Formats: sequence, structure tokens, C-alpha cells
Amino acid sequence: MTTQVAARPALNLKGLPQYGVYLAILLLVLYNIFFTPYFLTWSNVRIQLIQVAPIVIVALGMALVIGTEGIDLSVGSVMALAAALIPLYLGYGVVAAILASLVAGVAVGFINGVLVARVGLQPIVATLALFVGGRGLAVVISEGKLKDVRNPDLIYLGSGDLFGIPVLVWIAAALVLVVAFLVRRTVFGRRLLAVGGNRPATELAGLPVKRVLITVYVLCAVLASIAGLLSVARIQSSDASAVGLLIELSAITAVVVGGTPLTGGKVRVLGTVAGALLMQLVIATMIKHNLQPSTTEMVQAVIILIAVYVARERKTR
Amino acid sequence: MLEVLDVSKIFPGVRALDQVSFRLQAGEVHALVGENGAGKSTLIKVLTGVYQPDSGELRYDGRTAQFGTPMDAQHAGISTIYQEVNLIPLMSVAHNLFLGREPRNRLGLLDENRMHRDAREILAGYGVTADVRRRLGTLALGEQQMVALARAVMIDAKVVIMDEPTSSLEPREVETLFGVIRELHGRGIGIIYVSHRLDELYQICDAVTILRDGKVVHTGKLADLERIRLVSLMLGREMSEVRREGATAFSGAATGDTGAAPVLRASGLTSRRKLHDISFEVRPGEVVGLGGLLGAGRSETIKAIGGAYPLDSGDVQVNGVDLKKPTTVRAVRAGIAVQPEDRKAEGIIAGLSVRENIALAVLPQLSRLGLVSESKIDAIVEKYMTRLRIKASSPHQLVGDLSGGNQQKVLLARLLATGPKVLLLDEPTRGIDVGAKAEVQSLIDELAAEGLGVVLVSSDAEELIEGADRVVVLRDGVVVGVLTGAQVTTEDLMSAIAAGGNE
Repeated sequence: MTTQVAARPALNLKGLPQYGVYLAILLLVLYNIFFTPYFLTWSNVRIQLIQVAPIVIVALGMALVIGTEGIDLSVGSVMALAAALIPLYLGYGVVAAILASLVAGVAVGFINGVLVARVGLQPIVATLALFVGGRGLAVVISEGKLKDVRNPDLIYLGSGDLFGIPVLVWIAAALVLVVAFLVRRTVFGRRLLAVGGNRPATELAGLPVKRVLITVYVLCAVLASIAGLLSVARIQSSDASAVGLLIELSAITAVVVGGTPLTGGKVRVLGTVAGALLMQLVIATMIKHNLQPSTTEMVQAVIILIAVYVARERKTR
Repeated sequence: MLEVLDVSKIFPGVRALDQVSFRLQAGEVHALVGENGAGKSTLIKVLTGVYQPDSGELRYDGRTAQFGTPMDAQHAGISTIYQEVNLIPLMSVAHNLFLGREPRNRLGLLDENRMHRDAREILAGYGVTADVRRRLGTLALGEQQMVALARAVMIDAKVVIMDEPTSSLEPREVETLFGVIRELHGRGIGIIYVSHRLDELYQICDAVTILRDGKVVHTGKLADLERIRLVSLMLGREMSEVRREGATAFSGAATGDTGAAPVLRASGLTSRRKLHDISFEVRPGEVVGLGGLLGAGRSETIKAIGGAYPLDSGDVQVNGVDLKKPTTVRAVRAGIAVQPEDRKAEGIIAGLSVRENIALAVLPQLSRLGLVSESKIDAIVEKYMTRLRIKASSPHQLVGDLSGGNQQKVLLARLLATGPKVLLLDEPTRGIDVGAKAEVQSLIDELAAEGLGVVLVSSDAEELIEGADRVVVLRDGVVVGVLTGAQVTTEDLMSAIAAGGNE
């Protein structure tokens, strides 16, 4: 026998990490069109979009953090903090309430950023602190009570329409564009990718690595606080112990399924949106076909595994 | 013993190996040389089962063989030591040495005492005296390499492949390595030795195979091959040309303007245990070499000046302006550019394109209101890719896919784009092919002639002597001598290092 090796036709998986998520969405939509009654009705599409909007917003921030080889577990707690502050400041007007919740986001993000960039904690540990503490603080602020929110302006943000499309969806779409622009066109975006690609090298190149990292965590937390205040606006009440529960996992899933590697140096903004949409579609499909939530969770797990498997870096070159 | 016949390997767009035949005899040290991209790495990977050849035959011990995976090759007795150390930095030295073959006691548990004892004994033979319980990552790069070598030889190897084993070794360690090679040689083990250092080849190798553009251009006894002929075969240049250019591409002419005010002045640099009161100056147009052995504090000095190594005391001045506690940001702004020793870990960003890597440090100048201007980036990238002759399929190619020489050039392009006044180069030609090496060397000359101050660290004595106008010799973090003018010779450098020591 010799080592003569014929060219084997290998399965071409090259484009899969990048475009697999879009393909999956397409297949799922086609399936639903044929097999799910009332799937393609405007009211259903509307509900799906409204439900996915907060996840998309949080996932955008998460994608940026993951792009720096980090992770932010505190996003759900930031949402809770933002939600808890809304009823407190609503007396001074909608603008004051929104500002208060955004400031909370800035504060949490700044603490996360300082812990990661200056103190040098690992992101998962640094953000774990506020993951635990943030929600606790939110419950204390809200005195553990569910508070109704009856401000018409705020309710408009959560349930209103603009040109027939929910305001919530407009806001999410706008934020997607802003983040995509940030990543692709700005100095900050390039620096973010460089930090994620090789932090020591970026530092030696004379870039303000710490400032970039702190900014990234602040952005992520601000996006989470936007998601938090929009959730309050949508359900018209503020419940600090429930808002944004487990959303960090949905957000990380969306980012990973969307093809952004956890190893940093790359951010796929549209992929992240698609990842969130895909997971939403999967859940919706399951519910429409009367499957147990437990089954849904297992299917989600399989999708995550496939996404990670496809996106894994080849060890040999 | 190990042989390939008419092997070809084709990658998309490249014929990496073209009908290559190569034969290693038992007990032979066989040099494998060629520029980067000549096919050396591909050939090694075919021999070790990383790649399967597209055509041709692999023969081992007289029989046709096929290695499906690197593991198969290892089991067959072929060990490889790669250019970059492939061990686990967070595990102890002993653990690394015995990884996968740990000694066990009667209960089947790890026998730590025996492992440590054996490790100590084995490593002593390689001149490594460090505590084997220390984490590998805390050892000097040269010592790590020795551990890798010891590990490779331990696996009852019949063939040992060494890919630039000396690139991170000091002269003393090279001697130890050569001792080990001679011993292996005596035991009838075949060795394939890849190196860019000609001195070493002539010192240790019996036979040589020269690759160029994926083809074998020469194979035979090394002693029969004149040095100048070897270089010309490798480069594919005319011999007269090589002769005229000399061994390195440095002009040798002193370019430093001794009357001018120093562009860089480091005074009293002190950092706990590593640096003690180091002072020197660099004038515009001058190349100052930092000489010394591994661990003498050369890299630390360079990094400290660049703001990437903590200083307890000492000042760094650029054009007479004090940096006041240098940080990397402040150093770059003041006109200091540092090329770190470890290109992959601290230099390039492998996952980004050539373009992004070059523009990285100067983005603010290439943008307005935080928005980057693609056309300005294109202009500057184009300028440096042409000037440094960076070979990439396009500016958008990932830097990680380039050859070492081109990665180094991309890194230099990034430094130059910042418009530095002082260039600090730590091993600028390590692990890059002969052609790129010459280009980098003449670039250093050129930049100095343009008035830049250059600090050069190189463990290649020839490079240091021919490149530098002045050499500051360090030992254990202390300046032990300065060679100037006619003193800048290899002999003076060696005696300065030796004189400073008490070993």
C-alpha cells in the first residue's frame, strides 16, 4: 500500500458558521408556513418581534463584550435595577425616569469595566458580583413589591405603534444599526476587536486598552438598562425580582448561535440578531405545536451545541 | 531510515511540495534548509503525519508507511520539537516532561516522588537545574525548549525532528543542545535539523537538503558544500551578489551623528530584581545594540522604556522631554515604538487583517470624529506594504496566515506608521527566513540613516555586531560594559559578557 491519497470530496462546512443561522431561520420559517396554522399572520409576527426585541437589545451589548474575549453575566440584574428605578423617578416625569435607569446602567457597567480592566478580574467573576448583588439591590429599591406603571408616554414606548410597527421593534432595530455602525465604522469598534484579538499586543501598540474595555462594559449595561425600561413599559408594571431573569443566558445563546466566537476578536451584529430570532422561532414553533417547555429547552441545547460545534476553530492548519 | 519519494502536496493556489524526495540515514544529522515558504514546514508535517501527501510515497525503516495522525508517527518513533514550545505553561516542569506517561505506584496512582526524582535526573543532562516542581511557564524560554527536547527524546525516538531549536537559546544553551545532539547521533538516532543559522549547520550537520519553492534544489554532504554556495542555492541568487552583500544585510558603516543631542536617554532604570540602574543614550541615526545572555534584562529594559514593564525608579527622556512614569500610551505618543520579542503573543493580532494590523496604532489620525476613513487607511497601508515589501494576497488577508517574515514586516509597518523617533527592536529577525532577514536588516540601516534612533536586541551575535554602532552589554540587569567604534566585534562582545560574570 502506498500513501497515494485520492482527493476526497469533503463536506464543505466553510460558510456554515457564518451563514448557518440564516439558513436555519429560513428552514424554520418555511416549516411553519406549511405546518403551523396562523403562523404567517401579522398579529403572530408582531408578538414574536415584540418578545424578541429585549433579547436582541441585551444580546447586542453581550456581543460587544464577547468580542473583547469577555462575558457579562450582570445584564439581567441591570434590567432589574433599571426597572426598579422607573417607578421611583416617574414622579419627576418620563425623561427623569428613563435617565435614572440609564444612569444605573452606566454605573453598573463602569464597575464591571473597572473590575475587569483595572483590577484585572476575569470577566465572568467580575460580572458575577453584580449578577448577584444587582438584583438584590433592585429588590431592596423596589421594597420587594410589584409596582404598576401607568404613565401614558412610557406605555407608548412599550405598546405603541409607529407606522404600524411596534415602537419597541423600531427601538431595537435602531440600536442594531447603531451597534453595527459602531463596530464597523468607528475607531472604537476597531480597537474593541483588537483588544479581543490580542490584548497584550494591543497594549504594546499604545492603545488605551483599559478605556476601551470600560467603555464596552458601560455600553453593554446601558443597552441592558434600555431593555429593562422597555420591559417595564411593555408589561406596565415593575417587578424587580422577575424582570430580565435568565436573560444573560438567552443573550449569550443569541451571540454564540449568531457566529460570534467566544474567543474574541470578532463581532457579528447581524448574526446576533439572527441568533435571537432563531431561538425565538424555535420556542414559538414548539409552543404552537403544544410541546412541553422542557422539550423546548432540550431542543435549544441541541442548537447551541451545533452552533458551537460548527464555529469551533480548527486546531490544525 | 526515513524517506520520502516524489512527494507532492498541493494547497489551494500553492504547490507546497513538488516531487520532493528526501532521505534520512540512521545516525545522521541532516540539515533541512530553505527560505520560508520553501516547503520545509510542509515536508516536516508530511513526515510527522500532520498532512497526508497528495501523491508520492513515505518509507520508514525500509517499508512503506502511512501516518494518519501525528500520534501514529510518534508511536513509530518520530519525535518533533517545534519552533514554538508546545508544552503546558501552567503545569509543573516534571508534569510536562512526563505528560501522558506519568510513573505510577502500585495503587495505580501518580508517583510524584519518583516523577520529580526522574525529572531532575533527566533534565540535569540537558543543563536545566530549575526546580522541577515549578510551573513550566516561569522558566526562561531556552529552558522550556530543553524540557521539550528532553520530552521528545524520552519517547524512545528513532528520528528527532528539530524545527529551529536554537532560535530562543543562548550560546551556552546551544552548546548543551549540541552535546545532546552528538549523543543522539552516537546512539544511531536520525536527526532532521531545520535552522537559519549557517554556523550551527556547519558545526553539527552531516548532510543537507535545500528546498526552494517546494522543490529540492540540492542534497548531499554538507562538508562538500561551500557556505556561499549554500546561501546562493537557498536564495536562488547569483553567488557574486551574495558575496558582495555579505552575511548580513547591514552596511556596517557607522551612521550615528555623535555630535547630536540624544533622542532617547534612559537613566537609572531600576525594577525590582530584574534591572539595576541601567542608563544609556541613543542619538538620532544611531543603532545601539543591547548585548548579553538570556535573562540579562535586555527585553525588560526595552519594555520598561516602552512603558510595558513596571519601573521602581529611573527616567526615560525622548528629545529631552521626560516621560514621567512611562505607560504604553504615553510612550507611543512620545515617539517610542517597541517591537516585542514574542511576535505572536505580543505583536500581531492574528485574527485581524494585514490592513487592520498596520492601521491599529494610528486610527485616531486616520479618522474624523471617531469615524475611520477607509481611504486614508488604504493609503497608509499601501505605502507600508510597498515600502516593506509585505507579501500578502491582499491587504485583507489575515495576518495569522502569513509567513513569519511577513508577519514581522506587518508589525514593523504598524510601528513605523506611528512616526516614531526611537525604534526598540527585540529580536527583529528571529524565526524569519533568510530573505526577509536581509530585508529587515537593511530596513534597520535605512531607518537609522533617516535619523531614527534604534535600539537592537539580538541573540545572533553577528547581527548585533554588524548592525549596531555601539553595544551596551548587560548582565543580570546591570550594564557591565559599552563597546564603541573598533571594539564592536564578536570577540569583544564575548569577553565583555564573560568579564562581567564570575562563572
